[in-house]
Amino acid sequence: MNCVLGSDNILNDTVLYRVIYEAVGNVLPCGLSYVVAGLAMMMILVNGVLVGAGLFSWVERRLIGRFHNRIGPNRWGPFGLLQPMADLVKLLTKEDLTPKSADRLLFAIVPVAMLAPVILTMAVVPFAKDTALANLNVGVLYILAVTSITSVAIFMAGWASDNRYAMFGASRGVAVLISYEVPVVMSLLGVVLLAGSMSLDDVVSAQNVPFLLVQPMAFFVFLAGISAELNRTPFDLAEAESELIAGFHTEYSGVKFALIQAAEFGAVLTSSAVIVTLFLSGWSGPFSEYFGWAWFLLKIGVLAFMFSWVRATLPRLRIDQLLAFAWKFLLPLSIINLFATALEVYFLRDDAGTLATSDLWVMAGINFGVAFACLIIFGTLIKEKVRPARLITGDTLSAVEAD
Amino acid sequence: MLVQDIVFWILSLMAIVGSLGVVLVSNLFRAALLLILVFVAVAGMFILLSAEFLAVVQILIYVGAIAILIIFAVMLTRDVQRGNLPNRMHIPAAVFAALLFTALVAVAVDTKWDFLPAEHQERVELVQVSAVTIITDEVLNDEGLSLQEQEEIQESGLADLLISDYVLPFEAVSVLLLAALIGALVLVRPDRGTGRG
Repeated sequence: MNCVLGSDNILNDTVLYRVIYEAVGNVLPCGLSYVVAGLAMMMILVNGVLVGAGLFSWVERRLIGRFHNRIGPNRWGPFGLLQPMADLVKLLTKEDLTPKSADRLLFAIVPVAMLAPVILTMAVVPFAKDTALANLNVGVLYILAVTSITSVAIFMAGWASDNRYAMFGASRGVAVLISYEVPVVMSLLGVVLLAGSMSLDDVVSAQNVPFLLVQPMAFFVFLAGISAELNRTPFDLAEAESELIAGFHTEYSGVKFALIQAAEFGAVLTSSAVIVTLFLSGWSGPFSEYFGWAWFLLKIGVLAFMFSWVRATLPRLRIDQLLAFAWKFLLPLSIINLFATALEVYFLRDDAGTLATSDLWVMAGINFGVAFACLIIFGTLIKEKVRPARLITGDTLSAVEAD
Repeated sequence: MLVQDIVFWILSLMAIVGSLGVVLVSNLFRAALLLILVFVAVAGMFILLSAEFLAVVQILIYVGAIAILIIFAVMLTRDVQRGNLPNRMHIPAAVFAALLFTALVAVAVDTKWDFLPAEHQERVELVQVSAVTIITDEVLNDEGLSLQEQEEIQESGLADLLISDYVLPFEAVSVLLLAALIGALVLVRPDRGTGRG
């Protein structure tokens, strides 16, 4: 115990870091163990996301197999558990092609630029009591900022490949990302209002009642928006196999393809982790002092299962339906939710600006009513609005000819 | 301090090389990506000044939104494959750039860049925090500040400052955004005489 972090050091809040730092400090000089402990935390983070992504790829293939009434990968290892490893070896030994007319530098940066935001997101998510790698006081904004880098990466992939399918996929993907960013941000504001803070630690500790119950509409909007941003069926227009080969990563093969796939599967896990933290009260639960991580993993598992379920069940949307869903359905819902939450917080909070648990239950009751009413009203509205045939009826055509 | 100096120099180099690249690289798409590098470097500067809120907003708005719009605009440009063609506007652009550069240098020289005294450091940090978190009275009491100082801090959150002391620049920016919005609509509207738009 030679080395002790100063009490003003923000890393002091991270128990895991402090433990590693003090343990390493017994062997190495303090300055060096400061760096070693930091690297160790990063190792845990990066490998956690990557191994999780590999495992999830197996889980999803097995699950979708069951949904399709077949078996799924079951040969290599118990229940086929080593399948991700076999996949990885296969992809690593494949030829790593770069098209002749591609922009070589940008083409090579893309897989890293896809994977980095996924790993960076996990840095602020607390997976048990006091374990977030960095407890930023701007945590929620940080997540939004970091994930917005993905759209740049998708654009780079489309452009650098010099392939029309890739370009189509990229423009679709970016259009989707930009559109869904708006309702996602708006739905998060409700959570921030309730917690009175953007730090994810504070958001977790503010959830005496899980925000899923207090903010049902925000949860729905956030979930829909996130699954659109994850590029998964029913929102997988950016890589629609039946239309665009593989969309923006058409030209990618070998290691680069492996990294892009890892980013996509990892993104499902990190998004689940973010949703768990923001809406399902994070690591808290019975015995969460010691088993916070177990609760956290369990909740992530439930959400990841749900993502696979949705993917196996729903057919793909068209691009106009997809954008209409964001602008005409999710955005109004999130604005109504934000407005209702702001009013409720304004009237229910006490003088110190905090909300009691009973107030949260009151809000839950009101918000469930609002959510059902809004879903029914806007559900009927959008059913009438999105009618594709109208675009090419004789009416519109003659108007165009008149021009 | 040494580590911060090193980081500062790396970020400055990134920003300067990146901005030079934006102007000099002939491939428009790469120029747009270099602009993103500059934005990231500036965000790093904000973190170095312990303004995390501004850093995160910088990434969110400039990298996540503005850069994407620039890239969209690049792709809608004709002749983008032939790169950055010269045009007749380069003399006015040079004059304007020179004026802007002079103004920036003048402001940079004029500003007092002294470090804040230690007793003010706490207050500055609290103002930063108040942008993203509700600061309760207990926290303020713990800091051992006088009542007047506590009120100052509570009234100097970013949001409050924007609609009190800095309301004029704030409104000017909104008018600018409105102008950009109308400009975009004018650019994409169909030609006159179609009976629409």
